[in-house]
Amino acid sequence: MNALLNQKNRAPLAFAVMALLLLGVGMGQSWPFALAILNLCLISAIMSLGVNIQWGYAGLLNLGVMGFTALGGLAAVLVSEAPVLEAWSVGGQGMVVSFILVVITIVLAILVYRNMAASWQRRLTLTGLFIGAYFVINHFYAPAVYAIENVDPATYGFLGGMGMPVIFSWVLGGIMAAGVAWVIGKITLGLRSDYLAIATLGISEIIIAVLKNEDWLARGVKNVAGLDRPVPFELNLQTTPWFIDLVTSLFSGRLSALADAQRTEALQQLVIQSSSIFVKLCYTGLFTVVLVVVLLLSIKALNSPWGRMMRAIRDNEEAANAMGKNVVRQHLQVFVLGSAVVGIAGAMLVTIDGQFTPTAYQPLRFTFLVWLMVIIGGSGNNLGAVFGGFFIWFMWIEAEPLSIAFMDLVTAGMDQASDLRSHLLKSAPHLRLFIMGLVLLLTMRFMPKGIIPERTRLHTI
Amino acid sequence: MPEIIDILNAIVLFANFVLVPAVSYGAQLALGALGITLVYGILRFSNFAHGDTMAFGTMMVILVTWGFQSLGISFGVLPTALLALPFGIVGAIALTLAFDKTVYKFYRAKKSAPVIFVIVSTGVMFMTNAIVRFIIGPGDQRFMDGTKFIFRPREFKEFTGLSEGLALKSTQVLTLTVALICVAALFYFLQKTRTGKAMRAFSDNKDLALLSGINPDRVVFITWIIVAALATTAGTLYGLDKSFKPFTYFMLLLPMFAAAIVGGIGSPIGAVVGGFVIAFSEVIVTYAYKKFFIYLLPESLEPTGLMQFLSTDYKFAVSFIILVVVLLIRPTGIFKGQSI
Repeated sequence: MNALLNQKNRAPLAFAVMALLLLGVGMGQSWPFALAILNLCLISAIMSLGVNIQWGYAGLLNLGVMGFTALGGLAAVLVSEAPVLEAWSVGGQGMVVSFILVVITIVLAILVYRNMAASWQRRLTLTGLFIGAYFVINHFYAPAVYAIENVDPATYGFLGGMGMPVIFSWVLGGIMAAGVAWVIGKITLGLRSDYLAIATLGISEIIIAVLKNEDWLARGVKNVAGLDRPVPFELNLQTTPWFIDLVTSLFSGRLSALADAQRTEALQQLVIQSSSIFVKLCYTGLFTVVLVVVLLLSIKALNSPWGRMMRAIRDNEEAANAMGKNVVRQHLQVFVLGSAVVGIAGAMLVTIDGQFTPTAYQPLRFTFLVWLMVIIGGSGNNLGAVFGGFFIWFMWIEAEPLSIAFMDLVTAGMDQASDLRSHLLKSAPHLRLFIMGLVLLLTMRFMPKGIIPERTRLHTI
Repeated sequence: MPEIIDILNAIVLFANFVLVPAVSYGAQLALGALGITLVYGILRFSNFAHGDTMAFGTMMVILVTWGFQSLGISFGVLPTALLALPFGIVGAIALTLAFDKTVYKFYRAKKSAPVIFVIVSTGVMFMTNAIVRFIIGPGDQRFMDGTKFIFRPREFKEFTGLSEGLALKSTQVLTLTVALICVAALFYFLQKTRTGKAMRAFSDNKDLALLSGINPDRVVFITWIIVAALATTAGTLYGLDKSFKPFTYFMLLLPMFAAAIVGGIGSPIGAVVGGFVIAFSEVIVTYAYKKFFIYLLPESLEPTGLMQFLSTDYKFAVSFIILVVVLLIRPTGIFKGQSI
């Protein structure tokens, strides 16, 4: 018991339990399923690290995680899809002109804001500027959108992307999320923490609304499917000689025991199964590299003077301010960094899904679940955040079959035909939201520092 | 120069699609925002579970309404849901008080930072959301009965001889009436009664209020009761007017927060005004004015496009943009709420 309470042993123990859980799923359910969970665990861990940078290091309550995830997803589309040249030729010009006009408007607005004293004249000028700009930009924008969205709407209807390997989107996703975070941060940081929460929650909804409705960008609710992959396709693998050879040699013992007629069929089965596992393992490898890089950088940052300053700001803003630290500027920096990490994870998520579905972005799944990961894992502790990502994602997936099994047990004694029984069984999946909420409240109450808590640093002189 | 009849038609058109819907939506938002502002003023945190409290109360109302309907009880021309409302309110009160006792009370005693309250309120939100989905399901529910229209567009056209019709749904009148009664009762309570005064004192200066012998537990208790009652009423009115869906109620959180902040968070009158500001902005900005201008402008100037500022899908963006502008220009809101 003492070993359990010792903070040093907590992290290895927690990860060992996690590994056992995943191994259990692999042996009990199936290996491809266990690997699928593991891959999403890795992505969740990166998201959780991003939120931890904001909340754990600096105490910023960002409830807009979903928006940054979606921006990362958009990056995957913009990078990997081939450009739709026809759409560019009919509407590209209008889009470019609109974009330049937007930039000009913003520059003008900043100039007005800086050069006029705060007064009703300034407000009036700014309002006039925005209203005028709206009509001018719309003059170019609306026809361009109309033209683009009518280019073969069943397959295209959007501008397409850059036609590059999808893996570059992981970088672009981070950059896009960082850019938007910078704008949001500029507006909302410096307000009270609750307001940042409400503002980010709102902005994430707006980002999703834009993605759903601006069809020219990423086809909106028509979705973009069949995205490029950084790993081979299963079907191609199944006909590749070296892969078949590999499977043959791996399973030579089992295959040689069979008669010739059965052997080819058995081999084919094995190749199909192995191809799915192989592809998943490729993703696991890629994601692990990203996770390790992000984790190492995070740990390094947290232990650096910069990390110390961040913690000082988090624990006592006024004292840090008095020591000459620019709190708002540091908050902005950490907000941008954390959002970039979330954006990277968002791009990875769309990469593994192979499609971009704006309607799939739900705040409960993409914002609050990630929060749960950070808080339960241990806010302020990078390893804790990673563990939270693994553990909560695992729970989120396994809570559904568990709640159904639980309901089966509860309703076992009931009449097979009773309405109550069928209702309870049908509603069982909603139990997992309940479990998540309960776990959050219990952790906040009895283990507010999470499973792997932040180490309190005692400096002896 | 347009003819008088065209001007009248334009006005009726505007009233039918902007004025009447915005007024009823505004009243619903105002009731919701009042709940948020009261929790903020007295318990001092932004309650993210408010949308789901609304959903829970409304669900109770729907269940009791179905019970009444199956027993053959109805409320004549009025929707049966009004009869079921008190039961829903009792249910919501039980829920909020249970969560206060098991969750919030602990952090109050510990004097935790507001941000901790926000996080635990999201936990409460999860659980309430799950309970609602578990009991009634995630789908759309309609529970409106009684008379649907005070007058229909066709009746209005025949009566006035105009070519534009004006519809007045009974839920719209009902919303406004009930909201007026609730707001009047709440203001009377806060201004005139002893408990109400204690609540205001507590909100203004907690330490002074404690010093003068106000019982904080009682104030918190009464606050939750009022908040639950307001949330259930708002939710029921919204559900009667449109429809009930757990996810929609969760999403109402944003415009309600915007309303509370725009009006000045912590200020009840601000919440009411804020509710209407948000509702009117949302409807005005997303309405397509093409037909309106066709009536008013000479043929040569008639618009070709829809004349819509923003597509209806950006409703949430409108409330949010207003929120940001207010936070930047006047962080305390229209009616000086608590400073940020």
